[in-house]
Amino acid sequence: MNKIIQTDPDQVEDVGPLYAARKNVYPQSVFGTFRRIKWGLMAFCLDVYYLLPFVRWNRGLGAPDQAVLIDLPNSRFYFFFIELWPQEVYYFTGLLIIAALTLFLMNSVGGRIWCGYLCPQTVWTDLFYAVERLIEGDRRERMRKAASADPLKLGRVSEIVLKHSIWLLIAWWTGGAWVLYFTDAPTLVKELVTFQAPAIAYIWITILTATTYLLAGFMREQVCVYMCPWPRIQAALTDEWALNVTYRYDRGEKRMSVKKANELRALGLPAGDCVDCYQCVAACPTGIDIRNGPQIDCIQCGLCIDACDNVMKKIGGPTRLIGYDNDINIQRRMAGKPPIYRIVRPRTIIYTALIALVGGVMLYALLTRSLLDINVLHDRNPVAVKLSDGSIRNAYTVRLLNKRGFDRVVTIDVDGPQDAVLHVVGDDSITPDRPMVVLGRDGTTELRVLVTAPSEKNTEKSIPTKFRITDIGLGEIASAIDNFVLP
Amino acid sequence: MAESELDGVSGKTTTGHEWDGIKELNTPLPRWWLITFYASILWAIGYWVVYPAWPLLWSYTRGALNYSTRAAVGVELAILEKIRGDKMIALGAASLADIEKDPALLTLARARGKAAFGDNCAPCHGSGGAGAKGYPNLNDDDWLWGGSLDQIVQTIQFGARSGHTKTHEGAMLAFGKDGILKRDEIGTVANYVRSLSGLSTRQGYDVAAGAKIFAENCTSCHGEAGKGNQELGAPNLTDKIWLYGSDEATLSETITNGRAGVMPAWVGRLDPSTIKALAVYVHTLGGGK
Repeated sequence: MNKIIQTDPDQVEDVGPLYAARKNVYPQSVFGTFRRIKWGLMAFCLDVYYLLPFVRWNRGLGAPDQAVLIDLPNSRFYFFFIELWPQEVYYFTGLLIIAALTLFLMNSVGGRIWCGYLCPQTVWTDLFYAVERLIEGDRRERMRKAASADPLKLGRVSEIVLKHSIWLLIAWWTGGAWVLYFTDAPTLVKELVTFQAPAIAYIWITILTATTYLLAGFMREQVCVYMCPWPRIQAALTDEWALNVTYRYDRGEKRMSVKKANELRALGLPAGDCVDCYQCVAACPTGIDIRNGPQIDCIQCGLCIDACDNVMKKIGGPTRLIGYDNDINIQRRMAGKPPIYRIVRPRTIIYTALIALVGGVMLYALLTRSLLDINVLHDRNPVAVKLSDGSIRNAYTVRLLNKRGFDRVVTIDVDGPQDAVLHVVGDDSITPDRPMVVLGRDGTTELRVLVTAPSEKNTEKSIPTKFRITDIGLGEIASAIDNFVLP
Repeated sequence: MAESELDGVSGKTTTGHEWDGIKELNTPLPRWWLITFYASILWAIGYWVVYPAWPLLWSYTRGALNYSTRAAVGVELAILEKIRGDKMIALGAASLADIEKDPALLTLARARGKAAFGDNCAPCHGSGGAGAKGYPNLNDDDWLWGGSLDQIVQTIQFGARSGHTKTHEGAMLAFGKDGILKRDEIGTVANYVRSLSGLSTRQGYDVAAGAKIFAENCTSCHGEAGKGNQELGAPNLTDKIWLYGSDEATLSETITNGRAGVMPAWVGRLDPSTIKALAVYVHTLGGGK
């Protein structure tokens, strides 16, 4: 039964506003092992992204010499020695599968390595924070400036303007590098500088400048917490052996001052190592407290490890109160057993094996793929034609693919109906029984092919027919099977 | 009625919704999300103002931009015509024989021809030119009015029995209906015609009489050997292809009532380069001479 409840106006107000305002995060600068690793990886990722379009790769005359190029007008994708056609887009499916499995493997070994060190959102946010820190000062100073109610002075205004200008510059450079992957980079740079580039280039640069500026400058950790699906998936995929950035509460609790801990230890009583200095919280780029345990907001960048280690060194305590560890080991230490680590276990072995398998299949497919190909499409209406002398003719649309960077000549023949005669429409070559066709470099050639055969000798309703092309220079062969049909 | 209360564990208030004792915590949306949501609503209202949006009883709100998809298609078609212009001029300038030797022109002509064929010819000849009873199959090598490129152009331009002054004329007479041949004579000559292309004949029909009737009535158009005459559109009776059918009943019907299938003239309805493209398309279906 429904209960009738009197609405109390005071309680309705308790519901609060419809939104939760973002709590601003002011990460403190840190130094240490993980900060150095992060600087190194940031430099590497940014260098690859910004410089890769300028790497050259010689593919011979008439072909683009850019190592990595997505050529949309000609629908080709170039990656160093690989050239892909639109119909080979399944290689990207393979790459995506490998990427997903690598993410799983990283996760089962060391938690959110991707989130903490390699994800573009992390890399650019980290870079934007570095700029902010350089201009506006470290955590305390930035918090003081943000909270200040004083009217803006020239110095503060110029700081803000400078910060956003540098952010926008980085964002613009990021958007600019993106478009370079889609056309010859040096040419486009020249055109961009002289304002002669196509409008679409400027539009894309503007869009990506805006997204970089917004995502790295303002959205920051909200992208990870609200928008990204990976933290949710990651939480479901992790296991008890995966190393995660962990606060060792077995060692840390109860939190107390150094002095008090020393006193307790002198009495032979248990004492915690955590001095509750909040340095781990201050350093955190997502503004959380790692001591609350694993949480979806934690990108596991390891900066709290550095922050905590620095404090521990100062007070003469053992480091790695926060470190890469797992819950099993905390339980074991509490039980007085030594910690155990297991990187090689069924989960990691299976992921590695799957990566090797998919990678191997892709490599094999890539190395053995044909650079000459033929597709045959049977005429549908009519499927077969009776000629005045009673013989039967079928017509086909034949598409020949030459994936090499030079023109070549192929002959065509069919193997199927008895005494079949082949004719290519528009062809009067000197070898009418084996018509010769020139295939342009890196492209397709479409032909209309007629196959005629006497009806007395071919009585089956449908005869499997093999169309074969042979490169007369290289001897490469490609074939396709279709049918020769009687009316 | 909703009663909000404070949840002791999380320190948050509840929304007051309750299902079988399960209560929902009030976890508000981020501000940016809410702003985006309101912005979307504003955007939709702006859209109503600018673009056609609301159906009215006999019309619709046209919007401030006066946009219509139909006008947009018109603009795109005009652009397409402009792009095609040069190529269609090249097609118009090239001779029929040259088109088939130039792969680029051949591809263009076949594509244009195929489109025009679908729009204009397919209702009678079928979408692939396979024809039907009374409508010739354009894929085979049997041609009533000739299968060379020039002859095909001629036929497309002026049609057959279309009423145009330059059209193909000549029709099969109604030998039975007009009282030229008697019923049994028609049966005899029908069997004779079947024998010309090696088809079986009725047992005991008078071969000599059939040959005589044929020589007296049919050879002026179909020729002494029955091989037909493309000048008159008289079909070859010795091959394996039959426009209306080869059984005795159909042949008798043809001889009794005559035949005069009509193809309209396309000159003036299609521009010259389209007719050229159509001729190349039909010629390259396979049967072109």
